[in-house]
Amino acid sequence: MFSLKSITDSIQVWLSANLGATGALIAQCVIVILLAIALFAVLGLVLVLMERKVAARMQVRLGPNRVGPWGSMQTAADTLKLIVKEGLTPDGADKFLFNLAPYIVMIVAMLLLAPIAYANNFQIWDINIGVLYVTAVSSLGVIGILMAGWASNNNYSLLGAMRSGAQIVSYELSAGLAILTIVVLTGSLQISEIVQSQADGWWIFKGHIPAIIAFIIFIIAVTAETNRAPFDLAEAESELTAGFHTEYSGMKFALFFLAEYINIFIVCAIGATLFLGGWMPLHIGNWQAFNHIMDYIPSSVWFFGKVFFLIFLIMWFRWTFPRLRVDQLLNLEWKYLLPISLFNLLLVTMIAILGWHF
Amino acid sequence: MFIKDYISDVYKAAKSLLTGMKTTGYYFTHPKEIVTEQYPDNRDTLKMAERFRGEVIMPHDENNEHACTGCTACELACPNATIKVITKFDISPEGKKKKALDTFVYHLELCTMCGLCVEACPTSAIKMGNNFEHSVFDRSKLLKTLNNEGSKIREGVE
Amino acid sequence: MYTETQILKETSTSLLNGEGELVINVGPQHPATHGVLHLVITLNGETIKKIEPHLGYIHRSIEKMCESLTYRQFIYVTSRMDYLSAHINNHACAMAVEKAMQIEVPQRAQYIRVILDELTRIASHELWWGALAMDVGAFTPFFYAFRERETITDIMEETCGARLTMNYMVPGGVMADIHPNFQQRVKDFIKLFKKNVDEYDDLVTGNVIFQNRLKNVGYLSPEDAISYGCSGPVARGSGVKSDIRKIAPYDIYNQVQFDEVLETAGDSFARYLVRVKEMRQSISIIEQLIDNIPEGEFQAKTKAVLKPPKGEFYTRVETARGELGVYIVSEGGTTPYRIKFRSPGFSNLSALDHISRGSKIGDLMATMGTLDLVIPDIDR
Repeated sequence: MFSLKSITDSIQVWLSANLGATGALIAQCVIVILLAIALFAVLGLVLVLMERKVAARMQVRLGPNRVGPWGSMQTAADTLKLIVKEGLTPDGADKFLFNLAPYIVMIVAMLLLAPIAYANNFQIWDINIGVLYVTAVSSLGVIGILMAGWASNNNYSLLGAMRSGAQIVSYELSAGLAILTIVVLTGSLQISEIVQSQADGWWIFKGHIPAIIAFIIFIIAVTAETNRAPFDLAEAESELTAGFHTEYSGMKFALFFLAEYINIFIVCAIGATLFLGGWMPLHIGNWQAFNHIMDYIPSSVWFFGKVFFLIFLIMWFRWTFPRLRVDQLLNLEWKYLLPISLFNLLLVTMIAILGWHF
Repeated sequence: MFIKDYISDVYKAAKSLLTGMKTTGYYFTHPKEIVTEQYPDNRDTLKMAERFRGEVIMPHDENNEHACTGCTACELACPNATIKVITKFDISPEGKKKKALDTFVYHLELCTMCGLCVEACPTSAIKMGNNFEHSVFDRSKLLKTLNNEGSKIREGVE
Repeated sequence: MYTETQILKETSTSLLNGEGELVINVGPQHPATHGVLHLVITLNGETIKKIEPHLGYIHRSIEKMCESLTYRQFIYVTSRMDYLSAHINNHACAMAVEKAMQIEVPQRAQYIRVILDELTRIASHELWWGALAMDVGAFTPFFYAFRERETITDIMEETCGARLTMNYMVPGGVMADIHPNFQQRVKDFIKLFKKNVDEYDDLVTGNVIFQNRLKNVGYLSPEDAISYGCSGPVARGSGVKSDIRKIAPYDIYNQVQFDEVLETAGDSFARYLVRVKEMRQSISIIEQLIDNIPEGEFQAKTKAVLKPPKGEFYTRVETARGELGVYIVSEGGTTPYRIKFRSPGFSNLSALDHISRGSKIGDLMATMGTLDLVIPDIDR
């Protein structure tokens, strides 16, 4: 199987031979940070363009096509514009919190890049509680949103932030329970082990119908957690103009905007890892020949292919559905998703104990 | 029967959502349905309807002659004082004085393209043109004189 | 003496008013008001306690302006009132002048007028449909609605000469005969519309989120609808018969077969259904008329200067939003002494406070969307 392990290993060997143990560690940290920031920037550019193109195609129009071939440089141009724009701070705002909020949202998004397995043996931090880490850290993002809403000294921002708080706290539950179903099936919280456990087939196929239900609930819950339509109540533009980031402009707005897309990438990466096998190629049981052919496609292509498929699904939701009302949003969670996922978890536990899964 | 209602609720909701996604998915996979016109690029092929009211023009024939008698019917018909007809007196070879058009002043910036002037004109001297790209950098450029330099009234138009 | 910034500073120290309520300004610059409507909303949490509409941001004194224009000229100004049904506004004004002057309108002109009225109504409802979907958070329907509306505006452009403010009506008929392509293009549009209107149901009407957003929201009882003077689809959504085309048929509306769409639920979804069904009714009216346009004059012979006799004249028509009344007082001169327009939007807006109290902010946008407010129509 094609692997990036040889490259990473040779870099490590070269660094420790030339810089000593401490120097090598520092150099590796720098490389990782640079790579993370590069991924961050590239993802921002690609995802924003992808969203606009997907939206355009669904809305019988062309989308950006002026800057660069097929509009490929459009997001770069937009970013440039946002950088040179004036960053306004409203009168009466809590200046410290107002300026801090976008960075908190951003830092949370960056922290979540760490435990994701991008390819075979290509992972920043293979922590043994990887899934727990992701669920724990991802809920910190709401602090930034609440901070932004409160510090703006704007009624719309405040309403948006409060909605966002209620929403993320509720949807954490069903997202967590959906993740738990896979943890129960795998018996491990470590991302690399979860991926390895899908070497003979992805969990969405191996786990019968309960895994599919868990997958659907996971997609719905993470759509809500990332404040995407139809759950974008925190920034419902027809109701609250722009919700929690009404008062933000320039680069601070761009950070919120970027963090939203990075969050989508991360939740889709987690979904792909848990349900669709992460970087694991499509393997079916003991069909050696078939599995062997699938192994020729590099693992990073598998990973990004799955992630972008899930991202497309979430974008498809956004450009099709109307927005829910705030009470309907909570109804959906507490009356439908939570009972179903609790029952589903029970089923999965039974399957896992009896060993009915493939 | 609570459970049955609950499940049918969920089923119906999921079905209605999937129907919507099918529609948008259809358009996503069929780029031929795109209706966008790439306006400034398609200037050459862009054809406006012949009746489209873009501005008031005064057609002149090859002898630099128009059909305006200077009767000011258009000026009276205009609701916005867009048109100002300045007349002069031509002296015909017989020595008779005859009213004729001197300058046809047209304030494009005041015009609402209602077409009442064209409707009022007894000699069809003015009509609505198709040009709709009126943006200029200086507002005074919107003040236009419709009759050409040295033009005169066509023979036989009364 | 206060300076402006001082006042702003003092009011911005607290987000809440004296009673602990949150006061937010929706508009005059807000994505959901579709114009410069300003609503001061008092909130308790997310629940609406009071709505106070502030009008006048786009007041252009059209009624006063009409007093200085002749009877031929003032018709074009009324396109700017309810710009989405400009043609129907012009129709009402032309009818008022014809009534005053006792002009008999030729049959051909009446057919053309009614067909264009119904096309305008469909175009207006299309835009409303897209905008409502946008208000409740779905973007894509807006573009589908505009795709069909574009076909109508193209037809209008070809025959009337303009896309939005047509000014095709003159006292005594229409300004010019229909374009030779007109009938064929309208038939093509009917085909296209029938194909695409099912998509609307798939995408929006049947959608469970959309239905939940509109059902049991903004309930307007039939009594309230009458006492607030609501008309058009808003009143018909509450089960009040208010279609002027049926009550007081004008032009050839008494010769065509169509149903007055009535829904009895009175909530936002009922108003939604009324408009969607009305689009199909309009299509059926056009289908009945398009092949039977009689030959003849398109404009009656009128004097160059219109001088109606002394007196008061009132006509009313059914626009896309409801009942539009035109009231002319003539002193026998070339310009009207006084003109008053009874605009449907103003009366429909007055019910907003009553029907939105106790609902959520999200509901307000849905309710406002189904009232189909056009702000220049309210302010004039």
